[in-house]
Amino acid sequence: MIPVAFDYEVADSVDHAIELLGQHGEESKLIAGGHSLIPLMRLRLAAPTVLIDLDRLEDLRYVRDEGDYLSIGALTRHRDVHNNPLVQEHCGILGYTAGLLGDPSVQHRGTLGGTLAHGDPAGDMPSVMCALEGTLVAQGPDGERTIPALEFFKDYFFTDLAEQEVITEVRVPKLGSNTGWSYKKFSRRSQDWAVVGVAAVVEKDNGSISSARIGLTSMGNTPLRASAVEEALSGAGTDQVAEAANSADEGTSPGTDDAASSEFRRHLARVWTRRAVEEALGR
Amino acid sequence: MTQAPERYVGGGVPRKEDPALVTGRANWTDNIKLPGMLHIAFLRSPFAHAKITNLDVSAALEQPGVVAAFTGEDLASEWGEGAQEAEQGPGYTLSTGGGQSNDVEVSETEQPEDASSEETSQDDEAFSFCAWVVTEDMKNPTHWPVARGEVNYTGDAVAVVVATDRYKAQDALEYIEVDYEPMTPAVDVERAMEEGAPLVHEDLGTNECFTWTLATGDIDDAFDKADVVVRERYVQQRLIPNAIEPRATVAAREPGHGGFVVYTSTQIPHIAKSVLSTACGIPEQKVRVVAPDVGGGFGSKLNVYSEEAICLVLARRLGAPIKWVEDRSENYQTTTHGRGQVQHLEMAADSEGRILGLRVRLLADMGAHLQLLTPGIPVLGAFMFPGVYTFGAYDFECKGVFTNLTPTDAYRGAGRPEAAYAIERMMDALAREVGISPVEARRRNFYEPFDEPTDTPAGIQYDSMNMQATLDRVLELADYDSLREEQQRRRDANDPMQLGIGFSTWTEISGLAPSQVNAALGLGGAGWEAASVRILPSGKVEVVTGTSPHGQGHETSWSQIAADVIGVAPDEVEVLHGDTDVSPLGRDTYGSRSLAVGGIAVHLVCERVMDKAKKIAAHMMEASEEDIEFSGGKFSVAGSPDQSTTIQQVAGAAFMAGSLPEGMEPGLNENYVYDPPNFTFPFGAHICVTEVDTETGKVRIRDYFAVDDCGPVINPIIVDGQLHGGLAQGIAQALYEGARFDEDGTLTTSSMVDYMIPGAPELPNFTLDRTVTPSPSNPLGVKGVGEAGTIGAPQAVINSICDALAPMGVHNIDMPALPMRVWQTIQDAKGDADARGGVAQ
Repeated sequence: MIPVAFDYEVADSVDHAIELLGQHGEESKLIAGGHSLIPLMRLRLAAPTVLIDLDRLEDLRYVRDEGDYLSIGALTRHRDVHNNPLVQEHCGILGYTAGLLGDPSVQHRGTLGGTLAHGDPAGDMPSVMCALEGTLVAQGPDGERTIPALEFFKDYFFTDLAEQEVITEVRVPKLGSNTGWSYKKFSRRSQDWAVVGVAAVVEKDNGSISSARIGLTSMGNTPLRASAVEEALSGAGTDQVAEAANSADEGTSPGTDDAASSEFRRHLARVWTRRAVEEALGR
Repeated sequence: MTQAPERYVGGGVPRKEDPALVTGRANWTDNIKLPGMLHIAFLRSPFAHAKITNLDVSAALEQPGVVAAFTGEDLASEWGEGAQEAEQGPGYTLSTGGGQSNDVEVSETEQPEDASSEETSQDDEAFSFCAWVVTEDMKNPTHWPVARGEVNYTGDAVAVVVATDRYKAQDALEYIEVDYEPMTPAVDVERAMEEGAPLVHEDLGTNECFTWTLATGDIDDAFDKADVVVRERYVQQRLIPNAIEPRATVAAREPGHGGFVVYTSTQIPHIAKSVLSTACGIPEQKVRVVAPDVGGGFGSKLNVYSEEAICLVLARRLGAPIKWVEDRSENYQTTTHGRGQVQHLEMAADSEGRILGLRVRLLADMGAHLQLLTPGIPVLGAFMFPGVYTFGAYDFECKGVFTNLTPTDAYRGAGRPEAAYAIERMMDALAREVGISPVEARRRNFYEPFDEPTDTPAGIQYDSMNMQATLDRVLELADYDSLREEQQRRRDANDPMQLGIGFSTWTEISGLAPSQVNAALGLGGAGWEAASVRILPSGKVEVVTGTSPHGQGHETSWSQIAADVIGVAPDEVEVLHGDTDVSPLGRDTYGSRSLAVGGIAVHLVCERVMDKAKKIAAHMMEASEEDIEFSGGKFSVAGSPDQSTTIQQVAGAAFMAGSLPEGMEPGLNENYVYDPPNFTFPFGAHICVTEVDTETGKVRIRDYFAVDDCGPVINPIIVDGQLHGGLAQGIAQALYEGARFDEDGTLTTSSMVDYMIPGAPELPNFTLDRTVTPSPSNPLGVKGVGEAGTIGAPQAVINSICDALAPMGVHNIDMPALPMRVWQTIQDAKGDADARGGVAQ
């Protein structure tokens, strides 16, 4: 529980952070809320030689209404996402999920950009972002680019971010009045990572389902979409949810660990997808 | 002068301890900083069983800030009688280099003199901290504080580095060269007893530590006559105690004399003083042990550990104060674990469900070696398997088994939760077998209420009990009939959320212990408790107790007890403890003993001092002692209401000693050592209401009703707090916690991410009530309550889950009932039902 010695730099702007990343190379690591990185360092599972602290970049904490979508500064803390009226009105699933991450102290320190950059497939936000088909904005030495969430998560703890890139903003669509949503997290204790999580964003049309987007947490090396379920639900009646949900684990590759076997995770994904879609339809 | 009310005992006096604790002003061991203090860190074995074939600390010595590094061989001369006693100067040299004013740089390091380690006096002798020899032929393997030649569990200390700060010590560990030759570990208590199993200690030739038996009545006859025989196997998983403050020790020479002081986060400063004195070869009068504020123990600090001894011998060897603070990873690997039993039970009963006899066969996991009380824990439990039921024949056998795992020892309840769980699960099995309700099965076997010592099937005497009253009350509190109706509705509707109602009617053995019982059981330590009282010249009071509170609230409760006897307010009483110089006599805090033994000593010593005060008051008022009455802090003379004197005036007179009765010693100071005539036996009836998600296996406790009886309550706030915490820990065992090791003996639940300690969201609101059945064993009638919740809860939870799932054919789920296990159990039951032709009922 005692980390290896490291140097510490404070970034005073995004450009400065990019410059510091260039200067210190691949042994350096950005730190925002620190609630993913510091535990790994204390266990000596991560040993960056330099930490570059983004946490004082107050101008990266905001939520703005951009018409069709909300833009959220990457350093916005989970608790602020959870409590934000714009988020609550236009993208309830994001605010609700922010209130499920870890415990209150994690929510008060951890940031939206940080949890996405961490790329943990057991994280709740990545699968919610995939179900929302949101976008990330990253800045690097060559300027800014936008990355669809569906293309951002590459592998276990590995994302599309280049070595000198910093996430600056997260964009999520505003959900209309015919859109129901649910995030169902199955965990052993309330503060744990998800054993399985299901994010459902469902477009309703006069008592049937016009389309559904289902994101899965902890069912593979990255957040996944339950595309077989989505296909089966397209144009389906609400009485077809249970059957559609039975294919929730198709195309997934869940692991086995102390919390759950691969088989149990597949089972949970099916049950939880059914319950999530049912809840979304009622919301 | 304010008139003190008659009684504080029984009132909800706010805890005196809390303001400092909740405002960050507690004095933890890690807060102690002494001049020139050095820090140590341990290199620990990554193997559960291996020979050390090469070990070289020299590269670590070259690292910044490193002062010294030692192997087990280097320290061999430090242990036991004949340890190096020569006064040594500092064994290292420090100089401030580089002009850095705050940073002490080590300019020269030097391996300490090794001359005396040539004659390793302990080489062929035993070394162990174990104080409980349960059988004459018990095997007690030598276990050196730092390994010599072989490691026996993952986390065994291999080398120790001393540096100017904790970080530097930790970093230097990576420079120690060590080669291991891995050996096959024994990692399972049942397989360790099989023919040809790998041996934890090859020199012993067996993994069996001891076999301990107890038998009463004619067990064969009971089974011959039985209409019903119930057989079950239960598993008590290993638990990891999680005190918020991990272990921590600072050892130093005492300025002014040639002895040592050891500040250590312990439950047992007095026992630690004796054990450390022997282990390190320091005369007892030269060791002072201080337990500063201690952030929880739960039994894990009812021990004397290698690390404490190492701090002490390094303080002696290097001449500098030595600090060690355990980190959480070490805590999980190396602080003792609790539980760890495989239990086989057989119950014989008649067709009405009346128990005729009980047979218990235990395998108890000792771990790699014996800590202070390791072998005694299941032996303590042996007396409690009969529970709250009276029957004719009992046959108990326990085998202690070595494994290449972390040593086990006391953990909240220590032997009794294991017993209470087993018998209460058996009662549900019996009810099922006979076809009666769990309530009825219990009622048919309860003792009739009694208030005088009564013989039990385990050959001891319970002090007092009224199970009928607690059970009636908890049924009423839970609105039991409505619960059964709701359960039926959910069953009829095939609701995926099924309701479970689980019982636990339990007792336990607390108030350790009559000293002659300790002696008879082979426990090398007395069971009395000491107290002293000083009424100061101002009339304020100092109470010195031999108990060593670490969260229990003795400062508050003892103040209430003393205040009532002496006639002052609790705030006028200071309770002193936890330092063997301040409280030289004591047997410390564990086993729910403190109130029923130490609290009684406080009560009795206060009565003793008041006898003297009364004589002085009589002398002052020129009245006969027989005519003196005492009430509300005031002595008065019967029949002359105008004549009175206060305890404060008497205290002043006693101190000034100008006019005392002929021949009387000045002062109001008394001592008392109280050895209890019997244990105390709190009891209770609990109902746990669970909702079980049959699709996912997730269990939620909807309600928990607990009616407990610990006799008269000194402080209801403290008792309720103990019950809440105890219930939480019991629920934790039932639903969440369990140490798991892989086949190599590596702990896989090695952090709080993987080891499932429940938080507040996982726990229900507890609904508590009490009945009051005084103990005849002591003048206050009190019984222990510190472990009650932990002992009562696990079986109520598991019985509840099994009750919810009974229609599916589920009768047993091993702890912890985490979702995957519950789900798998349901799948297995369904599979069995399908195999029987689809009849699930």
